[in-house]
Amino acid sequence: MSLPVTPTDFTLAEARDAVATKKISSTELTKAFVQAVEGARELNAFITETPDRALTMAAASDARIAKGEGGALEGLPLAIKDLFCTKGVRTTAGSKMLSTFVPPYESTVTRNLWNAGAVMLGKTNLDEFAMGSSNETSFFKPVINPWRSTNSNQNLVPGGSSGGSASAVAGNLCLAATGTDTGGSIRQPAAVTGTVGIKPTYGRCSRWGIVAFASSLDQAGPMTRTVRDAAILLRQMASVDPNDSTSVDRPVPDYEATLDAGVKGLRIGIPKEYRIDGAPPEIDALWERGAQWLKAQGAEIVEVSLPHTKYALPAYYIVAPAEASSNLARYDGVRFGHRAEGVRDITDLYEKSRAEGFGPEVRRRILIGTYVLSAGYYDAYYARAQKLRTLIARDFEQAFEKCDVLLTPATPGPAFALGAKSDDPVAMYLNDVFTVTVNLAGLPAMSVPSGLTADGLPLGLQIIGKAFDEATVLRAGRSIEVAAAFGAKPAKWWTA
Amino acid sequence: MSVDKDTVRRIARLARIALDETRVEPMVKDLNGIFAWVEQLAEVNVEGVPPLTSVVAQTLKLREDVVTAGGDAAAVTANAPVSEDHFFVVPKVVE
Repeated sequence: MSLPVTPTDFTLAEARDAVATKKISSTELTKAFVQAVEGARELNAFITETPDRALTMAAASDARIAKGEGGALEGLPLAIKDLFCTKGVRTTAGSKMLSTFVPPYESTVTRNLWNAGAVMLGKTNLDEFAMGSSNETSFFKPVINPWRSTNSNQNLVPGGSSGGSASAVAGNLCLAATGTDTGGSIRQPAAVTGTVGIKPTYGRCSRWGIVAFASSLDQAGPMTRTVRDAAILLRQMASVDPNDSTSVDRPVPDYEATLDAGVKGLRIGIPKEYRIDGAPPEIDALWERGAQWLKAQGAEIVEVSLPHTKYALPAYYIVAPAEASSNLARYDGVRFGHRAEGVRDITDLYEKSRAEGFGPEVRRRILIGTYVLSAGYYDAYYARAQKLRTLIARDFEQAFEKCDVLLTPATPGPAFALGAKSDDPVAMYLNDVFTVTVNLAGLPAMSVPSGLTADGLPLGLQIIGKAFDEATVLRAGRSIEVAAAFGAKPAKWWTA
Repeated sequence: MSVDKDTVRRIARLARIALDETRVEPMVKDLNGIFAWVEQLAEVNVEGVPPLTSVVAQTLKLREDVVTAGGDAAAVTANAPVSEDHFFVVPKVVE
């Protein structure tokens, strides 16, 4: 294996092997990334940079490596979505509400990463409370996508809500990053930034210490430059946790070990309902090419039906706001978070603190959630949406009788310009039309960079798997990655 | 189903979010746009379909009912906007 000349061009796997064999020290590697982060502030990918902490962690890693005690991610610099609580490091959830919140505890996922030796570069920007598909709802201003259309200087969104993590991975500002995915917040930004993102099965990663959005849908997952890197990072993020009763007590497989097993004999389902009117022809063409790639490697292509697909997004916009309205009730201006000044009484304190602390999209979703859960409307909205989820989950169960994984487009289009979809909430919500179904059913799914539009912007394909079958999802993703030979990188226009 | 200005004022009150009078009408428009779109769920026959309560079949784990954490009032109140002697401070509630 020949290593890239520039350390920031390393994949996670390359860096792991280089650090373990002492070809580069964690300190050298970390310094290169700290510099890359500082030089890319124009992208606004980070809310909080932690260079001092990173270099202290790197020095500790180098000391452990010298003693032959390195962990699975020893000395590897990562970026953390600012939705994961990090002890002693401000955690904002992209909101004014938490703009000064410093957690006294560490999320389980990040604790797992530090226990494996990883180094924290900082906390990445996101849509406020992870509510958005473009990273434009962040109180800390939008993130810019490293990618631009050919011959254009127009800034594009990186998708959302894990937009900062996606930009940081695509722009080589970190080796890999964490994300969370409630309706597509890992896979949609991964797709439009030419990166890999996997949302594992609900319960695979602990949700403890992740600022809650919609508890029955939220899952953490890795965002990386390669499928191998996703396999490596997911294995370290996943764990059963006494602090999250929905985390699942199943062994975490060595996903990397089975990565190159290929797709020979695998049945790939093509759900016909994912062909939507008005999708750009490039999306359908890419999907067709993806199926051909897998077929050429020995997979069998099977047409399947998921009849309730079109109801997934509207059902999500009942369930997610309902759960959010309940989860976000905790922000009261008393125990933590923003507190309004000059209030008349306790109710005034609650109402003003929440009005000032939450941005427009969060307020809108809390009101939707409050309405659908209110007396007289519960059955018409929330109960009906939960029944739709059962039908959607059954669709998947029936499809998986005929196939092993499903192949779909990841997004209905490439990255768009800032502000392009801000005036119409429903138009913005439609970005998640292909990703949201699996959150409702709890299934694992991954976005893999698969091609470029005529304008030179990345597009992704999505692989959906059976519950707890991330290994097969990663395997199929790896086959797509090999066939696509994506390799494209954004031009580095932001260098300070 | 559509919402009007009174409904929006009522749910804002339930949600404890102050809504400036100038923001009521735009919120009515936003919410009605979204509810018109989710209305398509009504066309699905859900009779006899149980609601999905758990995405992965598993029984809820139980543990011994014992104290596993606590005794750290300083950490608990560290992020409070106003606190005194490890108490949260709120506006006067009882006259």
